[in-house]
Amino acid sequence: MTDIRYLSPNTLDEAIKAFAAAGNAARILAGGTDLLVQMRSGAVKPGVIVDIKKIAEMTTIEETADGGFRIGAAVAGAVLGEHPRFGKVWPGVLEAVNLIGSTQVQGRASAGGNLCNSSPAADSVPAMIAAGAIVTLQGPNGRREMPVEKVPAGPGRTHLLPGEILVSFALPPRPKGSSDAYLRMIPRTEMDIAVVGVGVSLTLKDGVCTAARVGLGAVAPTVLLVEAAAKALIGSKLDAAALNAAAAACSAACRPIDDKRGTIVYRTKVAGVLLKRTAAIAAKRAAGGN
Amino acid sequence: MSKMHVTTTINGEPMEFLCEPGDTMLDALRGPLGLTGSKEGCASGDCGACSIMLDDRLVCSCLMLSAEAEGRDIRTIEGMAHGEHLHPLQQKFLEVAALQCGICTSGMLVASDALLKKNPKPSEEEVRFWLAGNLCRCTGYDKIVRAVLETAAEMQEAAQ
Repeated sequence: MTDIRYLSPNTLDEAIKAFAAAGNAARILAGGTDLLVQMRSGAVKPGVIVDIKKIAEMTTIEETADGGFRIGAAVAGAVLGEHPRFGKVWPGVLEAVNLIGSTQVQGRASAGGNLCNSSPAADSVPAMIAAGAIVTLQGPNGRREMPVEKVPAGPGRTHLLPGEILVSFALPPRPKGSSDAYLRMIPRTEMDIAVVGVGVSLTLKDGVCTAARVGLGAVAPTVLLVEAAAKALIGSKLDAAALNAAAAACSAACRPIDDKRGTIVYRTKVAGVLLKRTAAIAAKRAAGGN
Repeated sequence: MSKMHVTTTINGEPMEFLCEPGDTMLDALRGPLGLTGSKEGCASGDCGACSIMLDDRLVCSCLMLSAEAEGRDIRTIEGMAHGEHLHPLQQKFLEVAALQCGICTSGMLVASDALLKKNPKPSEEEVRFWLAGNLCRCTGYDKIVRAVLETAAEMQEAAQ
């Protein structure tokens, strides 16, 4: 076994110093549900492990004065699920985060880890993209913000700079008549990896969709923001023509792989089907139903 | 390489142990701590045989570094019975034969206990979803699910 150092700093500044100093050999430990598996398989051999869970900013959920939310990157799925308000305002983001793994995994796994692991099939990412989440990054050169859809660079790769740490997700305040939803297609009912995942966030005013965002997962090297699908929904009453156009836009955005979970043809078709179902759930929630 | 010294609480008792920085909590439990009730099935967080409670939250001990135990409160299957008195879930698992080879059993019990503490009256569907991360290759799950539901009903009755 190679030498490993385990560090659990109490402040972000200390974490960044240690993380940046260790260079490529360092790994961030949030829930560890990806990292420990990768270490076990030998895919990753970290020289330094920086545990970020003692840093308050990374492990807290804050409802901001304007009605938005700031979620620390290392907040576990189960903790987010127990927040009294979050799931009411962002039911789609919550159901996506809570789909990651088993009860045991939910006790540890975080949205930050899910994003930084950068799987194209990461469940929380399409919902976070639909929500318009902005992430805060901090590195040796200070803080910056980035829309969540700009983070993934490809399977297992992100656009974070060397030494940068994902600190938190900021979700915007919700106008009246807004809600969201996330659906994924898996061949069984639980504990599987998405064949397609769709997140939809929308705002309805007098039955008309006034704002929408669509995130699409597991059909391209990165999770996608599908602006053409959102455009098809905005201005409509979510009638069949608008939903068909949005579904077609989702299918057109697909650049999937063929694998044991689903063929290219299947994934492309299901992307459209799921868009319609997800939009219907989000619309029902936005109109006040559950 | 120097070993790390970890001070923690396990089943209510203060404990100290030495570990390598890359060791998992399961390594520490089954190694220096001598608590072999938690089992290693997959070592990748899929099977739940190593389930423990970490500050009252159900986790896989194979997905946690032992160094993370510093200052935390850990509960394992060894802390479930009170001396000779089995926990109602343990008693029920025996009564209805909700186990065969036994490898999954301690994880099943720890996870089921966590469920009943959070949700004392779960539906069958809730039990099945909660235990989706605990794999059993012998029983077909039916007896396990029934054992949890019957225990929940009896504990409710006893509480009234």
